[in-house]
Amino acid sequence: MASSSDTAGQQHPLGIYYQIWILLFVVSAASYAVDYFDVQGAMRWTLVIVFMLVKAGFIIAIFMHAFWERLALVLTILGPPGVLLILIAFMAVEGDYTTEARFDYMGHDRDAVALTPAEVHGAGGEHGEEEAH
Amino acid sequence: MSEAAATSMAPSDGVTGLVDDWTADKQTYHVPWGKAMMWIFLVSDTFIFTCFLTGYLNVRMTTTQPWPPQSEIFALSFGGAPIPLILIAIMTFVLITSSGTMALAVNYGYRRDKFKTIMFICATAFFGATFVGMQAYEWSKLILEEGVRPWGNPFGAPQFGSVFFMVTGFHGLHVSAGVIYLLWVARRIWAGYYDKKGFEIVEIAGLYWHFVDLVWVFIFAFFYLL
Repeated sequence: MASSSDTAGQQHPLGIYYQIWILLFVVSAASYAVDYFDVQGAMRWTLVIVFMLVKAGFIIAIFMHAFWERLALVLTILGPPGVLLILIAFMAVEGDYTTEARFDYMGHDRDAVALTPAEVHGAGGEHGEEEAH
Repeated sequence: MSEAAATSMAPSDGVTGLVDDWTADKQTYHVPWGKAMMWIFLVSDTFIFTCFLTGYLNVRMTTTQPWPPQSEIFALSFGGAPIPLILIAIMTFVLITSSGTMALAVNYGYRRDKFKTIMFICATAFFGATFVGMQAYEWSKLILEEGVRPWGNPFGAPQFGSVFFMVTGFHGLHVSAGVIYLLWVARRIWAGYYDKKGFEIVEIAGLYWHFVDLVWVFIFAFFYLL
């Protein structure tokens, strides 16, 4: 080790861990609430992704100590996965093209609707009443 | 000469520190080797999980069959009406709890409080094992009661099963491996193996564990909620 002073390890007051811990519980409960209260559409996507990024950010920054690491290590960790965003963008564009081609030229049904467990098992069965759609 | 000595004694922060770390004729990362290697492994694991999730994105976009309603498939009834996605929510809370106990274990490790470190590592392993147990229940319910298979299911797009078993299976494997790893570390701490070596190992194991929790954050959002 080049110098022992900066290899002493990540030691921080316990308080910050408790705060982040509570925050993660609250944000997780919030993202579950999005599903529980059946928020749909653009609002659902926005809320779920914002809550996801908040949780991921605090886990990496505080629990994994990236906030206190030197920039050389932080960039090694966060830089390479950045190129994955390009992969995701490419696959999204490609996916959009493929699915439109299947609808437009291969006769796939654009209005198909998924079945719920209640419909599959029969309403009033072990999965209870069918929900209104 | 004197300037270089001063730099190595008190490394600067930020971009200047970044340049110093990469240009000095010495090691770049001022962390224990085990920790640097764990980070490299986690970066490669990030690529694996991102490939799975990007594959999921692609099949979900390109399938023309409707995607099964996750919220209702993963609902659970406690005597009354089924509560949507409740099992997954509980699993999420169990994993966050284990992340918190792991953070405490790392902290007490550096304070050289061996007893509390071992206790919190064992608590983390316990919550991890609970998570895997709940996942086994979820899998058996989906396979036996709902008839979900990797090649099809009664609700909609067959890709639902492939993605579900692949992604949650690989994550569950990580949690299981993590439980074994944590218990192994706890046993070595108990045996006094790190008394002279130092307790960086707890932080390294912690990095792995928090990463497993981190992956679940993305699976929870993309597979179960969206």
